[in-house]
Amino acid sequence: MASEQIGIQLAYVIASALFIFGLKYLGSPATARKGNQISAVGMLLAVLAALLDQGIVDYSYILAGFVVGGAVGAVAARKVQMTSMPEMVALFNGFGGLASLAVGIAAVLMAVASSTFALFTVALSILIGGVTFTGSIIAWGKLSEKLGNLKALANQKNVSLAVAGGVIVSALLFLAFPETGLWLFLLVLLSLAFGILLVIPIGGADMPVVISLLNSYSGLAACAAGFAIGNNILIVAGSLVGASGIILTQIMCKAMNRSLSNVLFSGFADPVEAAASIEGEVKPLSVEDAFYVLEAASSVAIIPGYGMAVAQAQHVVNELRELLEKNGAEVVFGIHPVAGRMPGHMNVLLAEADVPYDLLLEMDEINPRMDAVDVAIVIGANDVVNPAAREVESSPIYGMPVINVDNARTVFVLKRSMASGFAGIDNPLFFKDNTRMIFGDAKETITGLIREFD
Amino acid sequence: MEAVFLMFILMLSIFVGFELINKVPATLHTPLMSGANAISGITVVGAVALAGTGRGDLANWLGAAAVALASINVVGGYMVTDRMLAMFKKRGG
Repeated sequence: MASEQIGIQLAYVIASALFIFGLKYLGSPATARKGNQISAVGMLLAVLAALLDQGIVDYSYILAGFVVGGAVGAVAARKVQMTSMPEMVALFNGFGGLASLAVGIAAVLMAVASSTFALFTVALSILIGGVTFTGSIIAWGKLSEKLGNLKALANQKNVSLAVAGGVIVSALLFLAFPETGLWLFLLVLLSLAFGILLVIPIGGADMPVVISLLNSYSGLAACAAGFAIGNNILIVAGSLVGASGIILTQIMCKAMNRSLSNVLFSGFADPVEAAASIEGEVKPLSVEDAFYVLEAASSVAIIPGYGMAVAQAQHVVNELRELLEKNGAEVVFGIHPVAGRMPGHMNVLLAEADVPYDLLLEMDEINPRMDAVDVAIVIGANDVVNPAAREVESSPIYGMPVINVDNARTVFVLKRSMASGFAGIDNPLFFKDNTRMIFGDAKETITGLIREFD
Repeated sequence: MEAVFLMFILMLSIFVGFELINKVPATLHTPLMSGANAISGITVVGAVALAGTGRGDLANWLGAAAVALASINVVGGYMVTDRMLAMFKKRGG
């Protein structure tokens, strides 16, 4: 091994260590920012080392790639609104997948990968990279509502199976005849098609699962590309990302009480007949009356959902928190794992609105203390506080862990109107004795409450 | 033999990954994902060698495209993660 080769490999070892330290520091919000910076230093080191590679004779293409990609990334990172983070992460997952797919193809064309094992990993990087790319584009379109309401094709199951079979056959033919460009081309095409078919049937409420899974795939694609070109830093970093996405996927599935295969494939099934409708009367409350209840409360829990982000209400929510605290009440937030469109989305939105992170409690922390809460305020959340998950066995969400707001003395539900939530399920919470509905735009309602305090 | 060596690395990194990520609190899951986006841009390291052949053929262009795409992830991913993490403050802090 030439001496600069040894130098490059040593730099990769250090970079791997820095990635691992970076993730370790992500274990607490107090050290997380430092962790991200350590990880970035690791990346810089790895890239600098890679540029020393003796095979590089012309830096112009590399420089052009850096400039274009770096500029796009920097602008996107500065401009993106926190409400749009799910779309951005989805899009970035897709870019990662496409990059690995391109590396896989280039490795074959340049005969970097020639053994059957290397070609097998090329096929994997094309398959995973391709699925990640088109799947992420569909997910991005669904999240940003640019693709409208895409539904599964009429005979989607058969089409998907046929394409999956085609992927396997073309991959095998590619391994047998790597010189024939046709099989490589077919493999790329079918992998891209498979990604579209995989994500199209999945509904909006299941997006946290999809986006986590694609996050994992983007890492696994990098990992496969690492095998294809025999580069161990790609394998280390790729598998760290792959592991991260898999864990988040598991957490999301558990929070919805569904298996991954149920999330991925239930879109093919016929819709379930709606359960018996709930009898009862909703009790509306005016903002003024709500203020009197809140003024007397000594313990308040706020449960936000995606509706809070849609109404852009997070800043006024924080103002209300400050007023309630000044009034002597203890205020905490209860965050369900699947509130929002991606894991941890609510936390970022509230952090942006200057809510201290130590007030953001996870579901398992807030549920045991719900009995002692005077007022629970539900803002733009529905399914994650639906008691039907505990009480109604015929409900499609039966068994899903929810935040038990109905155990609080009084529940305020801020809601635009009496339509059911994303999952289209009736919510018995609205009819409970201790529930009061405050109809209207969440931001206006809270602004009204703040005005009452002044 | 090299394949076995690479699989050894894969196996160990996956175990390390699981251990580390399990300790990340739910409140940081969005920055974790965007930070993972940045790390998955590691493909840039593999892509530079393919983009630097100077042959101007298809493989060269694919390499350059991969460098650009992965750079979006690296630069955008680290920057947006930093932007988010800077917003997380403790009470009174």
